[in-house]
Amino acid sequence: MASAEEGGNTANQYIQHHLSNLQLDLSTMEVGGNISGFWVLNLDSLFFSVVLGVFFLAVFRMVAKKVTASEPGKLQTFVEMVHDFTDTQVRDIYHGNSTLIAPLAMTIFVWVFLMNFMDLIPVDALPAAAHAAGIDYLKVVPTTDLNITFGLSLSVFLLMIVYGIKAKGGMGFLKETLTHPFGKWLAPFNFVLFVVETVAKPVSLSLRLFGNLYAGELIFILIAVFTLGAGASLLAVPMFILQILLGLGWAIFHILVITLQAYIFGMLTIVYLSMVQDDH
Amino acid sequence: MSINATLLAQMIVFAVFVWFTMKFVWPPIMQAMRDRQKRISEGLAAAERGVRELNEATAKAEDMVAKARTQAQEILTNAQRQADETLERAREDARAEGERIVTAAREEVDQAVVSAKEDLRREVGALAVVGAERILKREIDAKAHNDIIDDLVAEIR
Repeated sequence: MASAEEGGNTANQYIQHHLSNLQLDLSTMEVGGNISGFWVLNLDSLFFSVVLGVFFLAVFRMVAKKVTASEPGKLQTFVEMVHDFTDTQVRDIYHGNSTLIAPLAMTIFVWVFLMNFMDLIPVDALPAAAHAAGIDYLKVVPTTDLNITFGLSLSVFLLMIVYGIKAKGGMGFLKETLTHPFGKWLAPFNFVLFVVETVAKPVSLSLRLFGNLYAGELIFILIAVFTLGAGASLLAVPMFILQILLGLGWAIFHILVITLQAYIFGMLTIVYLSMVQDDH
Repeated sequence: MSINATLLAQMIVFAVFVWFTMKFVWPPIMQAMRDRQKRISEGLAAAERGVRELNEATAKAEDMVAKARTQAQEILTNAQRQADETLERAREDARAEGERIVTAAREEVDQAVVSAKEDLRREVGALAVVGAERILKREIDAKAHNDIIDDLVAEIR
């Protein structure tokens, strides 16, 4: 299993290496791992998120292009299931008339699911392949990167602000931040509460997704460490069997986790966006 | 594990993807599903209408059959009666005709009998005259004795 290429095969290095992104420093245009500073791009996260997103859009666009109202094919049936599921959820929760919410929710459901799905690919498969191609760092699950999950939740956050202002008007929105929930005499307190409440939403949204996937990935890595550098010792055989069993069990459990996390992220997005429009 | 520019890039990518979904993926599928929904409801309505029409048509057909049956029965009865009447009339006519023929024949016979009697009488009268002439050996003036002969004839009758 082990592919640690930095000579030292200790578990610590192996894990550290697996958690490092392939990065591009925008100030020096250097590619490497563990670069600090803000103007840095995590190439691997972006690459996989874009590839998966394009894959999702290509498939769905292909279906949408030759969609037919009479007998649908298998792929169209699947796409319609996703579409109908999203549509039902949005209809149940959101009562505005925005045409953005449903496509937004569907994009989140499918895209986040696909990004989470990368977690089920054996932890060393793609990094090893990348290593063979001369790339030393690769983190394959985009949702284990805080930048990715925050990128999603901050976008949702901005939409919340936009929709809140759109629904209540600039002054109405401002007034609500100052007078809700304790009336105008406690305006500063209300505002602090509003800020906490509002900031907590995107933060919890992204941290939940990140935390679940990061922990899941970490456990896959820990399971992979079982036979790391074991060589031909006597212990290697039972450890290997144990590793396979644990990996299998965790992977099966993870099918649930990745689906659930994608679902939660999408649902909460709809809920937050409808809450901000509803009158208190 | 730190926040960096990836965040911004991801937000841009996300915005583009959502825009794409909203513009090019969601509407056609939505349209197709709406169309199908409409088609299905139309189909169901048509089926319902068809069933109702079928029921109506069946009822109408049964009604017509029943009506036709009574009509046929009526026609049959009428025809029967007419035939009976015709037959009766024909029988009546035939009987009358026969009677007439019989009466005529009888009259003819009677007439023939009368004329035969007349002839016979005349013959007998003549014979009597001839006989009387032979007896008297002389001619009797038929004109002078016509009244006598007539009396005779009347007696023979």
